[in-house]
Order: sequence, then C-alpha cells, then structure tokens
Amino acid sequence: MAWTWFHRLGSPPYVYSLAARLTPWFAWPAAALILYGSYLGLAIAPEDYQQGDSYRIMYVHVPSAWMSLMVYTTMAIAAAVGLIWRMKVAHAVAASCAALGATFTFCTLVTGSIWGAPTWGTYWEWDPRLTFQLVLLFQFLGYSALRAAIEDPQRADRVTAVLAVVGVVNVPIIHYSVEWWNSLHQTASVMKLGKPSMPPEMLVPLLVMALGFTFLFAALLLTRLRAEILSRERAASWIRDVVNA
Amino acid sequence: MTVREGITLQAESAPATAALEAARLVLARDLRLAFRRPGEILQPLVFFAIITTLFPLAITPELSQLRVVAPGVVWIAALLASLLALEFLYRDDSHDGTLEQYALSGQSLTWLLFAKTAAHWLLTGAPLAVIAPVAALALGVPVSSVPGIVASVAVGSIALSLLGAIGAALTLGVRRSGVLLSILTLPLAIPVLIFGASATQRAVNGSSIEAPLYLLAAIAVLGLTLAPVAAAAAVRISLE
Repeated sequence: MAWTWFHRLGSPPYVYSLAARLTPWFAWPAAALILYGSYLGLAIAPEDYQQGDSYRIMYVHVPSAWMSLMVYTTMAIAAAVGLIWRMKVAHAVAASCAALGATFTFCTLVTGSIWGAPTWGTYWEWDPRLTFQLVLLFQFLGYSALRAAIEDPQRADRVTAVLAVVGVVNVPIIHYSVEWWNSLHQTASVMKLGKPSMPPEMLVPLLVMALGFTFLFAALLLTRLRAEILSRERAASWIRDVVNA
Repeated sequence: MTVREGITLQAESAPATAALEAARLVLARDLRLAFRRPGEILQPLVFFAIITTLFPLAITPELSQLRVVAPGVVWIAALLASLLALEFLYRDDSHDGTLEQYALSGQSLTWLLFAKTAAHWLLTGAPLAVIAPVAALALGVPVSSVPGIVASVAVGSIALSLLGAIGAALTLGVRRSGVLLSILTLPLAIPVLIFGASATQRAVNGSSIEAPLYLLAAIAVLGLTLAPVAAAAAVRISLE
C-alpha cells in the first residue's frame, strides 16, 4: 500500500512512461530559471568591490560545482538501491548519471580556470579543492571505463555499483577540503551553518541558477534514462508497443 | 592440516573461531605459495628501485635539489610498485578456482580476503617500508629521517594494500586490467599519497611527523574495517 509507488519504480515500462511525462515539467522551468538567473546575474547583480565584473562567472561555476557533487551522490545512492533491492532501473539511473556528472565536473574545472586567470593570476593551482574536483572527474571516467570493460551487463551494473558506493567518500572531502587545508579557494559562503556571507543581491541570482541547473540535470537524466531503458530492454515485447504507438 | 580440512572446522567450533582459523590458514597458504616463487616477491621491489633511479637521471643529479623532491619521488614510486603488485593478489586464485571455493565454503569471505590482503602486505608493503629509506638516502635525505620514512611508508602501504584489494576485486574478470586497476585505485589512494608525502617531508625537515602519521593511520584503520567487506562484495559479484 504505502510502498507501492516504490515497487512500481522497479518496472522499466512504468519508469519509461513516467520519465516521458515528467521531462517537460523539468525542462521548461530549467530553461526559464537559467535564462532569468543569467539575466539577474549579468545585468542586475552589483559589481564586486574587489573583482569588478569578472566574478559573474560564479553564476555558472558554483552551480556546476554543486551539481557535480549532487550527481555523484545521486549515482552512488542509485547504485546502492540497485545493489540492495536488485532493481534494474536503479542501475540504469546510475549509468545515466555518469556522463552527466563528468560533464558538470568538467564545466566546473573549466569555468573555475577561466575565473582564476584574472583573480588568482593563474589558470590552475594545485589547491586541495581543485585537486579533489579533478579526482572526482577521474572517478566518473573510471566508472565509465569499468562499465565498458565488463561484457556481461548485469555484472557490469553490480561491479560499477560497488565502485560508485566506495568512491562517494570523495564528496565530503571536496566540500570540507577548504576548511581542512590552507586553500587558495575561498571557504563556503552558502553551504554552511549560519547565515550566508553574501549580500542578497548576489545570492538570489546564484540560487536561481542553482535551481535551474538542478532542473536541467533532472530533465537530462530523465531523457538519458529513457534511452538507457530502451537500450537495455530492447528484446522485451513492451518496446514494440512503444515504438509502434 | 590442509586448507580444505581447516575450512570444515566449522561444524566443530563456534563460527567466529572457525572464521579466524580459516583466515589464519589462508594467510599461511598464501605466504607459503609466495615463498616458492621468490622472484614474484622481488619484482615490485626491483621496479621501485628502477623508478627511483629514473628521477635523478631525468631531473638532476644534484643531491641538494633531489632532497627537495625526494619524499614525493619515494612515495610515487611506492604507489606505482604497489599497483603493479596488486595484480598478483587474486590472479592465481581466480585462475585455478580457489577463490570460488572460498566464496562457496560457507566461511566468511570478508575474513578470508582480509587474510589474503594481510599476506599481500607482508610480501610487498613491508619490504617496501624497508627499502624506501634506502632509496630516500640515495636521493640525499639526512639519515635522521629514516625512522620517520619507515613509519610513514609502513602505515601508508597498509592503506594502499587495502584500497588496492577493492580495486583488484572490482577488475577481477576483466582482461588486461592493469591500467584500469590503476585508474580505479589511484583516486582512492590520493589522500594516502598526500599524507604520506607530507609525513616523509616532515621527517626530512626534522619536524614531528605525528599529525600526518595519525591521519595515515586513520585511513589505514578505516580500510581495515571496511575494505575487506567491499572487496568480498565485489568478489562475489565478479564470480557470479
């Protein structure tokens, strides 16, 4: 009764149609939020007293960074659900997260590098947070490499699930790295106990962009999930009904 | 007593005692088999020596400059040698079916893999902790730093063996898994590298190595408790 919704999520045809119905509800708000957030961030938010206008890349860099951590955590949770409850759909979600997470991590590194050039005077610094973010990229790539190296799809699912769960330890290390080590990267201004140390005119565009990126991730994940389910279930009979509809 | 007879002790004694007894037998077996082929034990150590030799040839033969990079060089060479040695951890047992027997035996696979990892550390990590200071001395570090180097490499190599056991279990069925094993294990091993190199650097400078050594020990203890569990789960999945 109460858990029916959870068990229904184990059925690939149900999840396929649910994803198809949900995607527009995430895609259109994502586009609106990102456009509005970009307008707020580029035109409305005030100049920084130290960095001038070059800080505005923060409105892409910080949401990308938050998303990279969130995607890895999602991947690890989906992998754990797949291992514990043996749900194929959970493994499909984890597989869909890998490429998205790698892209968000890469965007974080590139936008951070662009931001670092005028403010720190260098495109790269072997700083704890940057280094561990790079390690996160290697973890995503390693996950995809392991998945590609194992032929049996079910074994590939379960082995990469163990890898994803073991690797989730890097996520809190990235977040707390700026506190544990002397870091060039600034400490947490938002994701910490207490009030955010940013004025609201700068904070609101950031939150709008973060929400927009989250909705974007959801829309992209649902689309990739549908493709992943189609590919895994290609021998099943319900596929023919979907294709012929 | 053979390993087979040892594993059937389960019916006679309490399960916990039988698991420890089986683990002790697996440890003894692995050590005995390894000493029948001493060449395999020496290979990672020779690799370590060669890697540390390459750095003076590639960077500079000036001892004063080598001393600056010596901690990092020693640790990177130790890391690479450990990765190379990891391929021997499960290889023979998975080829001749012993690993499947372990999984089917009804004994705790976690304890058996813990014993295998312990044997592996005794054969690769402990010797590394002995020859790492020799390599460091060749790179110009002062003699007073030797105890610190031994301590940090000994504790760090425990952590590396345990993390590597997980990676090796994940790549069990994959052909030519050497590079993939490195790609999977190195991100997990980076904190060990950071703290180990920091401890070695402090030993070379003459300051106290307590802080990084305790952090290395913390990682090692975390690995001791959780890594065999993860490795056992990965081995069971790979053997399906």
